[in-house]
Amino acid sequence: MSSQALLHFKNIKKSFSGNVVLDGVNFEIYPGQVVALAGENGAGKSTLMNILFGMSVIHDTGGYEGEIIFEGKNVQIQSPQEAMALGIGMVHQEFMLLPGFTVARNIKLNRENLVPSVVSRIAGKNYELLDQGAIIGDAKKALKRLGMEINPQTTVDKLPVGHMQFVEIAREIDKKNLKLLVLDEPTAVLTESEAERFLECIRKVADEGIAVIFISHRLDEVMELADSVVILRDGQMVFSEKTANTNKHEIAELMVGRKLEAESLINVNRNLPEDYILEVSHFKVNMPGEKSKDVSFRVKRGEIFGIGGLAGHGKTSISNGIFGMYPATGTVTYEGKQLQYGRVGEALKKGMAFVSEDRKGVGLLLEEPISLNMVYTDMRVNRHFLKKYVFFSQFDSQSSGQIVDEMIRELDIRCTGPEQPVGRLSGGNQQKVCVARALITKPKILFVSEPTRGIDIGAKQILLNYLVKINKELGITIVMTSSELNELRSVCDRIAIIGQGIVQGILKPDSPNVDFALLMSGEGKENSNDRNKE
Amino acid sequence: MTGIKNKISAFGFPRLIIMAFLGLLIVLMFLMDIPAPLTFSQCIVRVGINMVLGLAMVPGIMAGTGMNFALPLGIECGLLAGMISLQFDMTGVGGIFAAMVISIPFSILAGLAYSQLINRVKGSEMMVSTYVGFSVVALMCIGWLILPFNHPSIVWPIGDGLRTTITLEKWYDRALNNLWAFSVAGVEIPVGLILVISVFSFLVWLFMRSRLGLMMKAVGSNPEFAKANGIHVDSMRTLATVISTILGGIGIIIYAQGFGFYQLYNAPLMMAFPAIAAVLIGGATPSRVTVFHVVFGTIMFQSMLAIATPVANSLIPEGNLSEVVRTIVSNGIILYALSRMQGGKR
Repeated sequence: MSSQALLHFKNIKKSFSGNVVLDGVNFEIYPGQVVALAGENGAGKSTLMNILFGMSVIHDTGGYEGEIIFEGKNVQIQSPQEAMALGIGMVHQEFMLLPGFTVARNIKLNRENLVPSVVSRIAGKNYELLDQGAIIGDAKKALKRLGMEINPQTTVDKLPVGHMQFVEIAREIDKKNLKLLVLDEPTAVLTESEAERFLECIRKVADEGIAVIFISHRLDEVMELADSVVILRDGQMVFSEKTANTNKHEIAELMVGRKLEAESLINVNRNLPEDYILEVSHFKVNMPGEKSKDVSFRVKRGEIFGIGGLAGHGKTSISNGIFGMYPATGTVTYEGKQLQYGRVGEALKKGMAFVSEDRKGVGLLLEEPISLNMVYTDMRVNRHFLKKYVFFSQFDSQSSGQIVDEMIRELDIRCTGPEQPVGRLSGGNQQKVCVARALITKPKILFVSEPTRGIDIGAKQILLNYLVKINKELGITIVMTSSELNELRSVCDRIAIIGQGIVQGILKPDSPNVDFALLMSGEGKENSNDRNKE
Repeated sequence: MTGIKNKISAFGFPRLIIMAFLGLLIVLMFLMDIPAPLTFSQCIVRVGINMVLGLAMVPGIMAGTGMNFALPLGIECGLLAGMISLQFDMTGVGGIFAAMVISIPFSILAGLAYSQLINRVKGSEMMVSTYVGFSVVALMCIGWLILPFNHPSIVWPIGDGLRTTITLEKWYDRALNNLWAFSVAGVEIPVGLILVISVFSFLVWLFMRSRLGLMMKAVGSNPEFAKANGIHVDSMRTLATVISTILGGIGIIIYAQGFGFYQLYNAPLMMAFPAIAAVLIGGATPSRVTVFHVVFGTIMFQSMLAIATPVANSLIPEGNLSEVVRTIVSNGIILYALSRMQGGKR
């Protein structure tokens, strides 16, 4: 490790119209080092990165205070182009790839290897031809450095989602002068096994002497990958330490600034009577990207039933099929009666409720206030919160106000008030609104899909605790679909693992890790039948 | 500074321009000794007779089908009903209401048929509806020639078909305007007209806050959310289209009685545009609207036109400058609003 820091943030301060979002951030990063930047949503991570990249939001709002020292020189980065020229690269949470272009072209985009042609000799450099061979060669080299076997000549839209992230990294490391790579929640869209590979990949990049700033919500990854951890909370740097000198719980606590209840397997030994509220058999849902082929399982009254599995194997299609979002076949028996799930709204009418995995796309009316979002389903399905007149009904904002206030308090939703549009809330608070909306309908059975995806650890804990609480106190049966196995294990009674569109097996939360791993990899089918009978 | 900027952008830049322009026109009007009471009376009438046509935009915007450029569809239904009322010599205020009632079944049928189309072209409703509007006008040009009307005052004296312009003196010319009307300082207050448009505005406002209205709103702002809440997206869009068509039909009857004429053939061709411009000036976007937007916008836009006419005529006595101003302003506003929608957050 060289003695000179590659990058040094010196007392960085930033405020947006009087609102302090960064207050005295100080840390250094050396070549070949991986620094994890952790913090809840809104802690100031993105603002710090925007400053580093000279994004126009920073300059338009009056710039920042403090110094950035890059390779010993005080720099004032005015635009992303300048940042790139210095050797700073970024991989965003969302993919920034051209789907119709080949992997090689994406990696070399705007830096293509060129050969002169007849026209270019007269008309100038812009008319030179692409050197396909060299482009593919370079792309192959970059992918190889990452240890990835991707054919550089396939188009990006044909790649599995997990591979796209690797293409982005390859694009960055192909830049000859790359010295610092910033990764903004790169694993958020990856499955667990993909994420593992991704981390190995980053390690390789760092071993080549490139410094990495790694933003992530997943603490396991932080512990595994990072050399040191920097934690921001409400714009202040509360912690900066070598990873070896800390642990997951300390980081989690520092991030939220309050004690976190130890993760435990709370529902491992509940003995519920053999009374099945829901039976799903030979269920097949045609949901693009998440097809399920033949799913059968039974859910006991009062239990928390988990559905896990890798992305793309069909776990999220089950609740979507039951709520009529995608065409499905098979039988679903609810309270002893067949459910006509194909009819829109049928499941809701029968007292089921649904929190979709697609918060912004399905779960919310983003421009409408919190209050309307919360009571919408109950108003729609059960005709509550309406004043009835002879021929027509009117929305009653008074009667809804009370329950909305209650929910805001109960779930600790951070907002300016019940009339704030949900589009302005952070992801975690939006998710709380979704859960509240489902609960206000007083369901007998609640389906939640990916309740904690992309939300910060504080909100995550509140949501999970709340689900456990309503299950215990109100006796609501919960079917929870999640990609995060640990989360399922911490709250569920039983967990079904979906692989290749079928139930690979149903496990107890305290089953050994290896069992879960085997089922996820699709090797558990032969003994799943006996497990089902258990 | 940014605070002022935000307030201006929240209020809407075009709204400010129109208000400033309206203010300028009023000053000019006094400077040029144009009789103010007469002009203000015309303002009120113009606002009144255009209001329901503006309200017809509300359901489409709520259900996410955008501005109803196919307003001529509803207008043709209203005109057809109007012709029937004339054929059977229905006169006075009763005749107007009879025409409205007669128009409703036509509008329902036309709206249902049209919604079949609108539900198949999701995403490009506004473009398709523009051409539906144009086509239906062309179709009814033939209709007016061959429909079996034979009242001597509404058909051509020689040859077949209905006249292009039919004066309503014998039936219900300004019947609503004159109902309980009185004048204050020379300004005529058309109480009947104001009452009728208030009732329609109130009904639309009630509808927006009803369960059905909230369902429609969900379909417009997020169809997937609506589906997850058990709402049939297509049937809500159908309902919105039907209501919009009905309001278009009723709107033209109110318009015609206040104007004093039924205008057939090509007259309805462009009638959607001023209604849309008015709603947009009021602050609506192609995805969000309130009754206030309609009322405020119609008052602004139509007052401006009503005052611009005498001012422009006394500035440049020859030619029809006011018509040119009207066209530039209404189309310019529509263009501005549509470009904003594409660049905005949706």
